[in-house]
Amino acid sequence: MQIKVLYFARIKEAVNYSSEEIDLPADISSVTSLKNWLALRGDTWANLFSGKQVVRAAINHELVDDMAVIHANDEVAFFPPVTGG
Amino acid sequence: MSVRVQTADFDVGAELIQLRAHNPNVGAVASFIGLVRDLNDANKVSTLTLEHYPAMTEKSLLAIAQQAKARWDIIDTLIIHRVGTLQPLDQIVLVAVTSAHRQAAFQACEFIMDYLKTQAPFWKKELTDAGERWVEAKATDDSAQQRWQP
Repeated sequence: MQIKVLYFARIKEAVNYSSEEIDLPADISSVTSLKNWLALRGDTWANLFSGKQVVRAAINHELVDDMAVIHANDEVAFFPPVTGG
Repeated sequence: MSVRVQTADFDVGAELIQLRAHNPNVGAVASFIGLVRDLNDANKVSTLTLEHYPAMTEKSLLAIAQQAKARWDIIDTLIIHRVGTLQPLDQIVLVAVTSAHRQAAFQACEFIMDYLKTQAPFWKKELTDAGERWVEAKATDDSAQQRWQP
């Protein structure tokens, strides 16, 4: 299924772009499995998404935990813990 | 309830007057103003740049204001958060709450700030005498938010 993935702050800087369209393999359907799948892309990605760093996620502009299910056409965002205020 | 994300500065006095204007039910206004400091972790800060997630930011702030409204007997809420590049002494955020009595306004204002700090999609990057760095989230902010949970 097709999804849009956005990256923010230090994660955006590390991967060097802010968004991409991804055609997910059929067995990737949760935030956890998406993180694990992205971690396979190479050292930079493994460093970000294999659990060494805290990476928070939002689906369609709502904060979610790693168990959250991803659906076709969702906008999934990955970012570090927030630091506003 | 009103939420604004903007690069421009804001006039706290004018905002507070407008928030309570023409409403004789308002007996209390509580407000918090967050400012850029010139020192963080022993390094001198020259600029602070705030990034955010435009499609999510206002929605997230509105959801926080709605939670406060559901929890306390408050009349109105205003949240203004700046983005872009700021300097020491600049205002970053204004949270203001009106209510009939002071306790609801005080508590709701603090609740909104604690949630904003841990839930709203803003990230600070500072330029210091030691170079550029992303500001790290603080565990004390998480515990400040968690104390409101049942």
